[in-house]
Amino acid sequence: MAFLNGLKCRECAREYPAEALNVCDFCFGPLEVVYDYATISEVISRDRITKGPLSIWRYADLLPADSLNPVDIMAGYTPLLKADNLGKQLGLNNLYLKNDSVNPSFSFKDRVVSVAATKAVEFGFETIACASTGNLACSVAAHAARAGIDAIVFIPADLEKGKVIGAAIYGPTLVAVDGTYDEVNRLCSEVGDNYPWAFVNINMRPYYAEGSKTLGYEVAEQLGWRLPDHVVIPSASGAMFTKIWKGFNELACLGLLEGVEASSFGIDQNTAHHPDVKTRMHMTQAAGCSPIATAWENGQSQVRPVRPNSIAKSLAIGNPADGIYALKVLEESGGSAQSVPENQVVEGIKLLASTEGIFTETAGGVVISGLKHLAESGALQKDELVVAYITGNGLKTQEAVEQVVNPLEVRPMLSSFEEALRERTLAKR
Amino acid sequence: MDHQRVKFIFQGNQVKDPIIYQLGHNFHIVTNIRRAVVQEDMGWVILELDGEKEEIERGLQWVSSTGVRVDPLSGDVVEG
Repeated sequence: MAFLNGLKCRECAREYPAEALNVCDFCFGPLEVVYDYATISEVISRDRITKGPLSIWRYADLLPADSLNPVDIMAGYTPLLKADNLGKQLGLNNLYLKNDSVNPSFSFKDRVVSVAATKAVEFGFETIACASTGNLACSVAAHAARAGIDAIVFIPADLEKGKVIGAAIYGPTLVAVDGTYDEVNRLCSEVGDNYPWAFVNINMRPYYAEGSKTLGYEVAEQLGWRLPDHVVIPSASGAMFTKIWKGFNELACLGLLEGVEASSFGIDQNTAHHPDVKTRMHMTQAAGCSPIATAWENGQSQVRPVRPNSIAKSLAIGNPADGIYALKVLEESGGSAQSVPENQVVEGIKLLASTEGIFTETAGGVVISGLKHLAESGALQKDELVVAYITGNGLKTQEAVEQVVNPLEVRPMLSSFEEALRERTLAKR
Repeated sequence: MDHQRVKFIFQGNQVKDPIIYQLGHNFHIVTNIRRAVVQEDMGWVILELDGEKEEIERGLQWVSSTGVRVDPLSGDVVEG
């Protein structure tokens, strides 16, 4: 069972039952889940977690859905690699990579969708839906297949076929919307209001977003129940960024971290900050869609929406729902926000692949280029423990790096091969 | 009759334009401001709109054509 008391408006604190709702009827603020931490603290322990499944559901006590029958395609518990080669290039002795590109549908979205799909089934929905240009569509379709329910996926009509094959293979109903970016957004929001479907990032959003906390829990567990000094995270809506911070603070407040005393969550569970949580949260966005980073750089309290024009499509959210909350986390953690130039995204992908053997999508390129900038600027000290989050797989955005394909072209003769090899060797000098 | 909730976002000089007045005046739509933040060069307003479905659609298309951004309440829902 989930240790859930209900939902609460993040702005006006009005309370709601745990239903498929995401917006406060009174002030239109976002709704967040409210946990029964008193009961959780009585049952949870490191031992209980480590005996759990090798998926996000090992942290079921801290998730808002019933873990007895999770819709689980084994999302999570992904590798945390010590990145010595990349660290050496960047002058960092304790660099780690949280490689979430190896999730079942090849992105971190499996974490959030697993929670949303489980909750949807619990609520009795027979259809889950989303609007997506890539990773989310794949994950929703895959989880619907696993749960034996229907999936409806809205995509922009001009989206390349290659981008949706990873979702179409699971058999969802694909709806191609012929309209501008804003029109697609508005239609999907309206559909979410009018159809009895579990729209994972609309009416299921309070539950869905909580799945990202597991990215924080896992890193802490994999580091021996301690937190890194710095984390570097890609950001689109800002939700994952704020939830990783929330996850760190939950572990601290529940006394699950090494050498950290449990403490109260305070009045507002969603803004709880344990004084021993000193991780600096660094956000990275691509310059072509960086509304949160821009607001941070300009010292603005409001995030000004932009129309995305970025190679990093999985981060292209022009009007981020959690933007202002992400700004608060940046401030509270003493972190930073990087707006990574578009022409450095592919460089980041190539640097990660060539040093650590990990092929990431464009969002990962944004993270690695942002990490490089942070290291060069002196924001990261060489012996500090740094974790960079790689949230999606490079096979999803192959077109971004097509130029790396440059084979030696030879005839089927040894002499031809040797000549070509010699020319390539000379060219490299 | 249809009922919709939307968020208008004004940038730069758009904050000076009487968009909401014109929306109510030129279309058969009842507008009701529920929340707003207006700064010198930027603002957002959450509105409830009541009217015939087609009229609301026409009205919102006109607002978009002025350059004012018309968004769902909870930000962008199309994710990567």
